[in-house]
Amino acid sequence: MLNFFQLILIYAGIYAIMAIGQNCITGYTGMLSLCHAGFFCIGSYATAIICKVFGLSFWLSLPVAALAAGLVGLLIGIPTLRLKGDYLCIATLGLGEIIRNVATNLNPVGFSQIPRASLFGYEFASRYKVPFIILIWAFVLVFYILFQQLAHSRLGRAMVAVREDEVAAQSNGINVTKYKISSFVLGAAVGGIAGCLQTAYTLTVQPGSYTFMVSVMVLCTVVLGGMGNAKAVILGAFIIQFISYLPQLTGLTNVIPAQAKQIIYGLLLVVMMLCRPQGILGRDKYRYGDPRTRMEKLADFFHRSKKAKGGRA
Amino acid sequence: MGEILKIDNISVSYGNIRALSDVSMTVSEGDIVSLIGANGAGKSTLLKAIVGLEPLKAGHIEFAGETICQSKHHASLTTDLIAKRGIALVPEGRHVFADMTVEENLDMGAFMVRDSDLIARRKEDMYDLFPILGARKKQKTRSLSGGEQQMMAIARALMSAPRLLLLDEPGLGLAPLIVQDIFNKIKLINEENKVTVFLVEQNARLALRSSSYGYVLENGKIVLQDSGEALLNNERVQKAYLGA
Repeated sequence: MLNFFQLILIYAGIYAIMAIGQNCITGYTGMLSLCHAGFFCIGSYATAIICKVFGLSFWLSLPVAALAAGLVGLLIGIPTLRLKGDYLCIATLGLGEIIRNVATNLNPVGFSQIPRASLFGYEFASRYKVPFIILIWAFVLVFYILFQQLAHSRLGRAMVAVREDEVAAQSNGINVTKYKISSFVLGAAVGGIAGCLQTAYTLTVQPGSYTFMVSVMVLCTVVLGGMGNAKAVILGAFIIQFISYLPQLTGLTNVIPAQAKQIIYGLLLVVMMLCRPQGILGRDKYRYGDPRTRMEKLADFFHRSKKAKGGRA
Repeated sequence: MGEILKIDNISVSYGNIRALSDVSMTVSEGDIVSLIGANGAGKSTLLKAIVGLEPLKAGHIEFAGETICQSKHHASLTTDLIAKRGIALVPEGRHVFADMTVEENLDMGAFMVRDSDLIARRKEDMYDLFPILGARKKQKTRSLSGGEQQMMAIARALMSAPRLLLLDEPGLGLAPLIVQDIFNKIKLINEENKVTVFLVEQNARLALRSSSYGYVLENGKIVLQDSGEALLNNERVQKAYLGA
């Protein structure tokens, strides 16, 4: 049981990092992208190749994974980011599949027995989960702080302006293309790092684990927690991973088929869209400090869902 | 005073439909110039063309003596670069950042300004100009009334201290008293801040009364041009736009 909780913590961390990346693209800049599995895949492969083929350190593979995913993000971002909404969604969906297929065709069995990562002489072994939990959540913390800073920076404000209204953003001197691409590349690079950490934990990479479902799960994580809110997407990652391991946790693996979790995700999203379209925590709202009292906050929390239904979701 | 904006024989098409054909006009520095016309005459298209949101089929547009838009697409400036040159557009339907507060919207308007003291000073100026915005600065723009949103959109455009302010139907959907108030502010901005104003409006009487010069656009062509006062007394304008 404890083992499962530790596993959930590890995967919740990895998905939280991916979701922070997806949140940059979808939550801040408002681009509906569905290829995070692709960036995840590139990060994983970059680490596998660096550590296994070249025999270099895991720590070196971190920046390489981020750069590789970011570079692919840049290359596919330039032609596709002119598309809007559902068109962009379909285009990125296709690109995620291309990345997976390229990986499959390069090496159908992937890589296994990748050398372990080590830090100051300590070797991270998959059997001992606590060090991994610390490692991965340290990264979550770093990215959380970084993206929280970003949200309040000039770059972050420009991204939000692009999401809210492209015409208004352009009229205010914001280069929409530039900020869309920056956001996409940043999100992709973070996805790459998530892949790198996953490889350090599993020590194997297989093309079969980077399916479209992964991208959907990451997007669900962001939508569930609350778009544009870094805290919320971390919460979302917990919930999604918890559901994912529900059969094992309840000891009902024989009764509940593994596919059941996809039904639960689906149901959860339907219920969310109906009751709280802005996500559990909703957007980060008050940049200049919250002027409301605690009671007002509580009242707002219960009323916001009604308001949001009337506006755009 | 010199010409700040020169539009030279421009044409704009949406597919096979010609929205503007051979439109030429000039705006002199320091003036308020208005363009009146019915729905679908091409007024908004003209403003969008000036800021590079609509590509030109022919002709070119000069701002402060330099070409900003031309039919050769790659040689035209993009909208954000045109904004940097000093043209601020208040788009039709206001296009406020609804989920941001009034203050955050004004900050966005000053996106090109790097000096935070200057931004703070300009914000204060805007709150002086539109006291209602000062009272509502921490409120979500979504919760503002239509008139307040229009004022905010104008204030946001002014945050970049533009040389030329383009207004697309500032009175659209607002009560007559509020429209009058907004036009008074526009005159004030023009006189005090020395901002040249080019506005597009269906409310021809109010627009021409505030303007030193006016153009009449019909079916994508300029059919009349004269001083604001002369146009107000023009028989054709009176018949078609002033309901006389």
